[in-house]
Amino acid sequence: MRSLRVLIVDDEQELVGALVERLDMRGVDAHGAHDGATALEMVEQRDFDVVLLDLKMPGMGGLEVIGRMHERRPELQIILLTGHCDAENTVKGKAAGAFDCLVKPVDIDTLLSMLNKAAGR
Amino acid sequence: MTTDHPNGSLEHEHHPTARRPADPSLAPRRYRSLFRRVALSTAGVTITPLLIMTGINYYQYSRAIEARTRQPIESQTSNTAHAVSFFLKERESAMRFVVTQGTVTLDCTNSQLQKNLTSLRRSLSIGSFVDLGVIDSDGRQRCYAGPHKLQGRSYKDQDWFHAVTLKGVYISEVFLGFRRSPHFVMAIRHQGPGGSFILRATIDTKELSEQILTIGLRPSSDAFLVNRKGVLQSSSRTYGPALSRCPLAVPHRAEGVHVVERRDEKGHLFLGFSYIDGSPFVLMHIKRAEEAMGSWISLRGEMLTFLGISVILILLVIYFVSRNMVRRIREADEARAQVFHKMEYNNKLASVGRLAAGVAHEINNPLAIINEKAGLLKDRITLSDDDFPQEKKLLANIDSILKSVKRCSTITHRLLGFAKHMDIKFETIALDDLLREVLSFLDKEASFRSIGVSFHVHPETPRIRSDRGQLQQVFLNIVNNAFAAMDDRGRLEITIQPTDHQTVEVHIQDDGVGIPEENLQRIFEPFFTTKPGIGTGLGLSVTYGIVEKLNGSLRVKSEVGKGTLFVVELPVGDPDLLDT
Repeated sequence: MRSLRVLIVDDEQELVGALVERLDMRGVDAHGAHDGATALEMVEQRDFDVVLLDLKMPGMGGLEVIGRMHERRPELQIILLTGHCDAENTVKGKAAGAFDCLVKPVDIDTLLSMLNKAAGR
Repeated sequence: MTTDHPNGSLEHEHHPTARRPADPSLAPRRYRSLFRRVALSTAGVTITPLLIMTGINYYQYSRAIEARTRQPIESQTSNTAHAVSFFLKERESAMRFVVTQGTVTLDCTNSQLQKNLTSLRRSLSIGSFVDLGVIDSDGRQRCYAGPHKLQGRSYKDQDWFHAVTLKGVYISEVFLGFRRSPHFVMAIRHQGPGGSFILRATIDTKELSEQILTIGLRPSSDAFLVNRKGVLQSSSRTYGPALSRCPLAVPHRAEGVHVVERRDEKGHLFLGFSYIDGSPFVLMHIKRAEEAMGSWISLRGEMLTFLGISVILILLVIYFVSRNMVRRIREADEARAQVFHKMEYNNKLASVGRLAAGVAHEINNPLAIINEKAGLLKDRITLSDDDFPQEKKLLANIDSILKSVKRCSTITHRLLGFAKHMDIKFETIALDDLLREVLSFLDKEASFRSIGVSFHVHPETPRIRSDRGQLQQVFLNIVNNAFAAMDDRGRLEITIQPTDHQTVEVHIQDDGVGIPEENLQRIFEPFFTTKPGIGTGLGLSVTYGIVEKLNGSLRVKSEVGKGTLFVVELPVGDPDLLDT
């Protein structure tokens, strides 16, 4: 089976780097971006199965990015990453088109299973 | 152990927001003094004018009635005095007529005198002349007509003879005369052609008494004549027949008619008197006060009764109204103070919450980085084919880093949860089911530590409308605390019962170490903890906040060494549920 193609978007570069490397070690085709604009560019340039998106970023906020991404790639699954997945965040996120919400810090196995679920595997 | 008040409330409840005893502006002393001031000033303002008005009325009425009483006495006395004077003057005129006409002279005869007497008796209808006598200037009786035998009598040495010689007219005091009825003597001196002589007459007072004096007298009145020494000159229905002593002192001589107040053995009376000029008589007219003042006395009694009842009623009303008003004020002040404290507390809570949320968010990111980097380290060791020196130890170290990260993240998540507004989703909940569910989470620990849990559910406990998830959090927190406070083989008692004001109470009583008095006030404060290093100190403040948001109340009572009781009171929320 083709490897999962995942884009990780978070303004914390260290975090993105570590996650990309760990997912890589587990056979995921992972890439990283550090802001919404870059993420949008990358999504346009190549195909991804799932995007892991930090909700609170400077500049373009997470919810806006969802909308923009879905304009270009409607079937793209987006998972929100945030410090607190409460009712408000989850509901708003899903209404904007997100698949689900994940709490930081993430457990790598939880992350992996949710990525697979989002990709329909 | 706890002791419940008979009416169901807890003694020494501790609310973080109720600070009744400590707040000086709510001291009972202040309200007592307020009550006193209000009551006294209101009473003063209402009663003083009432007293003044009543006093003025009383005074005016009494003056008016006194005047109304005196006036008729005065006029009656005056009329009677005039009548008596006239009577005397009439007799005197008649006698003068007789002598000036020449029918009576010094050379008189008894039979002629008798004729005069008869004609006098005929012409004057009342106060008959009993006898007539002519006395010469030496005091010798020359002629006499009448029932006595006074011919030849000498009056030379008698006072009356001197008096009439000097003054020309004389009226004597009353004496018992013919047929032992009261008479008096009237004498006039006449200068005739043959010399001066005195015409002396004895006059019967019977008809004077009966007609002039007593005419038109009311039963409570009396009119009579006395001499200056107080001897009755006419009969008095009060004091006896003529010549008895009148117990009333004769007032000093005064011109005209006067009315004074006197007392005799029968009581208070008004005395109208008048000195009859040219006679030894004083007219005394008495009227009993009770009859005259009867209406005044009853009116006065009514006024005083009215005043008394009014004052009592006013005082009663003022007392109760002031007391209630001051009580309402105090309650309002207390409620306001409570609201302020609550606001203050909520504000504090909110700012702490915001602070905490900010900190938590800030920390979360580096925490996530540590997590991933440590995870990466672990991955490098476990997922690669190489062997690492001291691989086991390295992995152990990395695991403990990861564990600490987990602990931190629990804290930050709790902080963030505390700070956020959580939406309340209402549903109908049976509290006993919910509590059993919560306890099931702690089943393992309970059985492991042999902690006994007992349930007492009042049969008429209604279901309530509330948020299931948040209630679970509340009870989980409280039960967790209870477990933490208890030793092994401790007992947890849970009681669920309805109240009489559309709420349900859940009592969670443990037999653990208890909470000391000085901490009880503070246990709901954020970050307050007696176990440094364990937990965040947020649990109970979060719990308190949730219960408040659900319109309930959370109270605690505790005794060191005996145990702790938490009472969660929640509104039923839906009146329909009360009947089910």
